[in-house]
Amino acid sequence: MSAAIRTEGLTKRFGRVEAVTDVALEVREGDRYGFLGPNGSGKTTTVRMLLGLVLPTRGRTQLLGADVPGDLARVLPAVGALVEGPAAYGHLSGRANLALLDDAAPGPGSRRERRARVEEVLEVVGLAQVGRRPVRGYSLGMRQRLGLAAALVRRPRLLVLDEPTNGLDPQGIRRVHDLLLELSAGGTTLFVSSHLLAEVEQLCTRVGVMDRGCLVVQDDVAALRAPTGRVLLAVGDPAAARAVLGRRVTGGDGARLVVEGAPVAGVVRELVEAGVAVDEAVAERRTLEDVVLARTTAVGEER
Amino acid sequence: MSGATAALVAVELRKLAARPRTWVTIAMLCLLPVLVAVLLAVTDVAPRPGAGPAFLSAVLANGELYPAAALGIVVPVFLPIAVAVVAGDAIAGEAASGTLRYLLVRPVGRTRLLAAKLVSVLAFTLTAVVAVAATAWVTGVLLLGDAPAGASVAATTVSGSPLTTTDLLWRTGLVMLYVTLSMMGVAALALLLSTLTDSPLAAALGGLALLVTSTVLVALDAAEAVRDLLPTRYWLAWVDLFRDPVLWTDVQRGLLVQAGYVVVLTGAAWANFTTRDITS
Repeated sequence: MSAAIRTEGLTKRFGRVEAVTDVALEVREGDRYGFLGPNGSGKTTTVRMLLGLVLPTRGRTQLLGADVPGDLARVLPAVGALVEGPAAYGHLSGRANLALLDDAAPGPGSRRERRARVEEVLEVVGLAQVGRRPVRGYSLGMRQRLGLAAALVRRPRLLVLDEPTNGLDPQGIRRVHDLLLELSAGGTTLFVSSHLLAEVEQLCTRVGVMDRGCLVVQDDVAALRAPTGRVLLAVGDPAAARAVLGRRVTGGDGARLVVEGAPVAGVVRELVEAGVAVDEAVAERRTLEDVVLARTTAVGEER
Repeated sequence: MSGATAALVAVELRKLAARPRTWVTIAMLCLLPVLVAVLLAVTDVAPRPGAGPAFLSAVLANGELYPAAALGIVVPVFLPIAVAVVAGDAIAGEAASGTLRYLLVRPVGRTRLLAAKLVSVLAFTLTAVVAVAATAWVTGVLLLGDAPAGASVAATTVSGSPLTTTDLLWRTGLVMLYVTLSMMGVAALALLLSTLTDSPLAAALGGLALLVTSTVLVALDAAEAVRDLLPTRYWLAWVDLFRDPVLWTDVQRGLLVQAGYVVVLTGAAWANFTTRDITS
């Protein structure tokens, strides 16, 4: 599979501060890539470099096979972006904003087709009923949805979204997630930058984690969430279970026990043979949070 | 102009026209000459020839000269302020509102955007000048032209020869063009500053600083050596378009000076804008 985004040694210096250091991203086409990191870790600067807004000090970037920034204009029409919050002309309606933005660099199709497409995306994000109200009167959530609509107008192959659910209520977040998953199923590559671990965990197949300007983790979510080798149990009689398993029980609380040593089936069989009823048994997996916290602290200690 | 540039220029003009501020500014520009016309009509006291705003003494005799006189009233301060505000807003305004990044990733080329902004500033200036001239013509014909003698006096040039209506039309037209182009030096500086800062206000004030500096230096004998290079030096040369025959020397010099400012300053704006990090 070819790469939707690939960078090598991407570095950006602002004066004496190195905001991004030697970042080597690899996003394959069709990925749902979660770009994680605390505020100030260089996520936004990296996103801006991908889109040619900020020019790198060093390093190479390819976006959908085109060199950035030299050849960028050729592929940007196939990229939808939401960078550091939405923006629009406050005195115009959402519809007028989308039409202006679309006309500024018109894509293929007649004016009528392009207007129909604007209606379509407004419908998709749930802003079709807002009418002629100027954006000035929009709530944060509505602005965010308008920003998403702007990113979707061109039916992009690659969506680069910075904090896409910022300011949305739980239903709104759910709706955006469903929309993104639907687009992904249709073949769109997603590059979602977020500081919300849960969002990335829910949405993404692959993650990159930034810390202090460096990419400290980049892997498939499935690989990162490897089993820890522990089994989580819920049993009817904890005391009996402890007696059977002895020192292998390393933790627990009430009816729930943490047992060292896989596989699950073996532990369960042992208990059942000893006459202890097992209500639940599952292999413990690392959460994305564990992985991210472990790696980001490690980098902090190195420096 | 390629199709893509034309499309972008059209978008910029639509943005300009959709903005209430554009029309409020133009309305205010038109109001000043109307006020002056009302005062003149009520009092019939004209400035002595050679004193007061250029040309004004002639309009009591003929209201159809008032459009040119009205432009003379707004040229020194009001019009350049309006132009500097619009030009200063060009890039910095988009940066401040965050829309700049979305335009650029659409993608709109940076050079193309700068060119479209320059065209829209020019269009604003021309619209303002036409609006001022049109209001002035209406007020001039309605309120002025009834000279103290009571008889309608034919328009004359500054040199004293009579003007036919055709003469009056093309000369006024030339004045409108000249005044528009005279503003481009200030516009180019405000545009350059607009690419350097994310604050539209700072850019507009920078453009006005040039205006004030130039106005002070033009009047200063010690600045003789650079006087002819100052952007405001030939601003009032449009009066020469009402001489018979037309005295082209200063008009040509004025256009040349403006062209110089536009080339150098927009060149610098281009060099800066196309290599700059957009962090807004």
